[in-house]
Amino acid sequence: MKRKDFLYYSALGMGSLLLPNSSLFARPIDPLEALNERIDVATKKELADVALNAAKAKGATYADVRIGRYLNQYVFTREKRVQGISNTESYGVGIRVIADGCWGFAASHRVTKDDIAQTAALAVAVAKANAKLQTEPVKLAPQEGYGEVSWKAPIAVNTFEVPIKDKVDLLMQVNDTAMQNGANFVNSMIAAVNEQKYFASTEGSYIDQDIHRIYPNFNVTRVDRQSGKFQTRNALSSPMGMGYEYLQPRPEDKVAGLVTRYKGRYDMLGDVREAAQNVAEKIKAKSVEPGKYDVVLDPSHLWLTIHESVGHPTELDRVLGYEANYAGTSFLTLDKWKSGNFNFGNEKVNIVADKTQVGSLGAVGYDDEGVKCKQWDLIKNGILVNYQAIRDQVHILGGTESNGCCYSQGWDDVQFQRMPNVSLMPGKEKLSVDDMIKDVERGIYIVGNGSFSIDQQRYNFQFGGQLFYEIKDGKVVGMLNDVAYQSNTQEFWNSCAAICDESDYRLGGSFNDGKGQPSQSSAVSHGSATTRFTGVNVINTARNI
Amino acid sequence: MAILSKEEAQAILKKVIGYSTSDECMVSLRGAQEGNIRYARNAVSTAGESSTMDLSVSAVYGKRVGTASINEFDDESLQKVVKRAEELAKLAPENPEYMPALDPQQYEESPTYVESTAAIDPLKRAEMVGDSLAVSKADSLEAAGFLNNSKGFRAIMNSKGLFAYNKSTDVSFSVTIRNQEGTGSGYVSNSFNDVAKLDTGALSKIAATKAKTSAGARAIEPGKYTVILEPLAVSDMVGWLARGFDARSADEGRSYMSKKGGGTRLGEQLFDEKISIYTDPTNPELPSATWDMEGVPVKKTTWVENGVVKNLEYSRYWAAQQGVEPLPFGAGGRGFGGGGGLIIPGGSASLEEMISTTERGVLVTRFWYIRSVDPQTLLLTGLTRDGTFYIENGKIQFPVKNFRFNESPVIMLNNVEELGKTVRSGNILVPPMKIRDFTFTSLSDAI
Repeated sequence: MKRKDFLYYSALGMGSLLLPNSSLFARPIDPLEALNERIDVATKKELADVALNAAKAKGATYADVRIGRYLNQYVFTREKRVQGISNTESYGVGIRVIADGCWGFAASHRVTKDDIAQTAALAVAVAKANAKLQTEPVKLAPQEGYGEVSWKAPIAVNTFEVPIKDKVDLLMQVNDTAMQNGANFVNSMIAAVNEQKYFASTEGSYIDQDIHRIYPNFNVTRVDRQSGKFQTRNALSSPMGMGYEYLQPRPEDKVAGLVTRYKGRYDMLGDVREAAQNVAEKIKAKSVEPGKYDVVLDPSHLWLTIHESVGHPTELDRVLGYEANYAGTSFLTLDKWKSGNFNFGNEKVNIVADKTQVGSLGAVGYDDEGVKCKQWDLIKNGILVNYQAIRDQVHILGGTESNGCCYSQGWDDVQFQRMPNVSLMPGKEKLSVDDMIKDVERGIYIVGNGSFSIDQQRYNFQFGGQLFYEIKDGKVVGMLNDVAYQSNTQEFWNSCAAICDESDYRLGGSFNDGKGQPSQSSAVSHGSATTRFTGVNVINTARNI
Repeated sequence: MAILSKEEAQAILKKVIGYSTSDECMVSLRGAQEGNIRYARNAVSTAGESSTMDLSVSAVYGKRVGTASINEFDDESLQKVVKRAEELAKLAPENPEYMPALDPQQYEESPTYVESTAAIDPLKRAEMVGDSLAVSKADSLEAAGFLNNSKGFRAIMNSKGLFAYNKSTDVSFSVTIRNQEGTGSGYVSNSFNDVAKLDTGALSKIAATKAKTSAGARAIEPGKYTVILEPLAVSDMVGWLARGFDARSADEGRSYMSKKGGGTRLGEQLFDEKISIYTDPTNPELPSATWDMEGVPVKKTTWVENGVVKNLEYSRYWAAQQGVEPLPFGAGGRGFGGGGGLIIPGGSASLEEMISTTERGVLVTRFWYIRSVDPQTLLLTGLTRDGTFYIENGKIQFPVKNFRFNESPVIMLNNVEELGKTVRSGNILVPPMKIRDFTFTSLSDAI
């Protein structure tokens, strides 16, 4: 799902979340009809060969082609009203080539043999026009061709085959539950993505893949007109690489505690009932006293801190300067990696990159340049050991094998290095959240992700949350407001005091992570168990206007 | 094919409306051609071209609406998309907030399309990027930048005969130039409808100068400082104000425009009296379409005058509920972007003059990674970037390390000391501003 599309539909449907508008409008279709319009693999192979042959004939030394059909479905509601239902489809072909040592890319929504040949020629012309500005030719890591292969996300229920009415009914029930429990306003939504993509390259791969993602969310608001204050709480769901089964709750997926959190399946009705109660408590909660605290971070919160402070600085394109003009660079420079002893965190911190974890947003069989996906270490016992790299970068690390994390948001955007799932490994010794809190003298337990900001090299960050609970002498004593914590990435990960065990491990994630120019969105999960960090600087964010 | 003339667009839309059998029908058509070059480490990293056109049909029965779309334009496809929208409308739940289609409207003209921008080709793009790279290479600096040009059109028609058409061009450029040691960084960016206004070499020289002069930054204590915000930094902050002008959120008690005890802040002195804010789709420096997606005419509108809130944005539905006239915020610059199209009239001072009258302060080139911390006060957090300097006794003394700030643009626009000359910065026309008591809360090592 493209970020600008998502923002557009969000703006249509979730006005109260104050998201910006966008210039795009829908290309909605009947989803069932779209499913019927699937093109058979033999035809796609034939079309792909037209692209590869045309590119080679024009002088390309390498070419790949992606024929993609991207389906999105959005249902947005507020209180008793459906604000928008959209089924959108985007179908077309993108061709990437190397000619005269330089990359070129062109895309077309017309997928006929003639159009494909012309688009391939245009991609080669673009590469040649830019080659004179090139200082060093593109160098690709070797890649075997896999022949004709396929991969399908292991979903139980295809979201696009579930009737719209079922989704509308669920969201109306969610909204009704919120209002019955004291909310003044509620917005809710379900967004779903199906990427049907076919990749072929001059290395000899023909890869057909079918990928599904789902994102349920809500926002409950309570207003106190007298004081002019309002408080909100978002869903504690996560976007997932799953089908509609994510919205079919099972008791074993509920994590009991001060507030219920969720593992592989999500109970939207149960969560919204608690959210309405939470905002009633939140609006009366005391304002935090700024200072140093131990923070105990739930996975529904910690995923975003991992994303920003570990996921982004270990992207090799940022390290090398390719994102200097947009997403930024990285403090994890090559000399730190080469030293072999850069202590990103203390020895408790083990962080892996992964493109295979079942149910995660990043899971695929092969990346968008035809590399089979895998798992690898980024931070081992606190030491920086690797980055995220793709075919045209890995030679810089002296490597000969891509990590397989190349992605494009659609057929009309060029593929480039994108973040795989990046997850913190759970603690090896048995430790529950309750036992973790018992050890905290002065602390804050934070659930859910909120405001987030980090500098362009990923040193200094500030995070908010959804729910903040004050811990005094090993006990939770009540709710707090106006909390945000600020830290420095290396200091923060070196202050990691304890990580709960595997039984508390859960995924959070981003449905729309932005990077690149033109900006592209990708979806990525981050797993963790509840983790405690000591002596973190907490500020008070209350102001008067 | 992708850029249709007014007549060509009108012919397709008329044909589509002709196939419709629903109570009401609304059709939108858009097309665009775009091209870009991205470069980094003083060389091209990616480049591309794309072309798209599509048609969207909304069919209405009573208050049931169905929307379908297609990107093929033969008669059979056009009939199919209308039928599909009508089938979906029959299945859709009623929308109690549906507003009937508008009657035909009159729209002002706006100079959004410039032929020379439409004519940009891959060679011209390569030449413009070459001008930027020449600057960084000449000074042994490293450039990473992005140049994107587009031409596009959009048109709407409804079954009551309303028709609107706009075509526009845009060229956007940004570059980050860093020194080789990675101890200094500079940045510039801007967008124009007219490519003649864009000099990639001259802009790159500004970024190169900042890269050199920002090296060797010293740490000074975070706290409250008088700041001089360059136009880019101002636009980074004040763009966030636009969302608050929505009357419905204000009436519902959940925006910074909501009043304690109920109601909105319409008519209140919310900002310093030096601050006025308006939008104007026909402004030659920042032209945009003169109609919104429902076909409501967009005109010059004053939102804030001498610090007093003069108008709030009303959708057609909310206006009917409140018994007022609809007032769209407008298409805003190039597109319907958040904050786009805001215009803040400034004064006559140059940036140098503003610095020369500052006893102690911080000059900020731009901000980065701004996020909302608290929507009820519009408290934002983010960081300075690409050239932050300490000023004392009317002179820039030395570069300083970047700061994280926690500040609300509402508070910031109450603390205005001086406004400079208004210029275009992306999607906004703003002056540089001197602001007292701007809140920096921590230091960052980022360069």
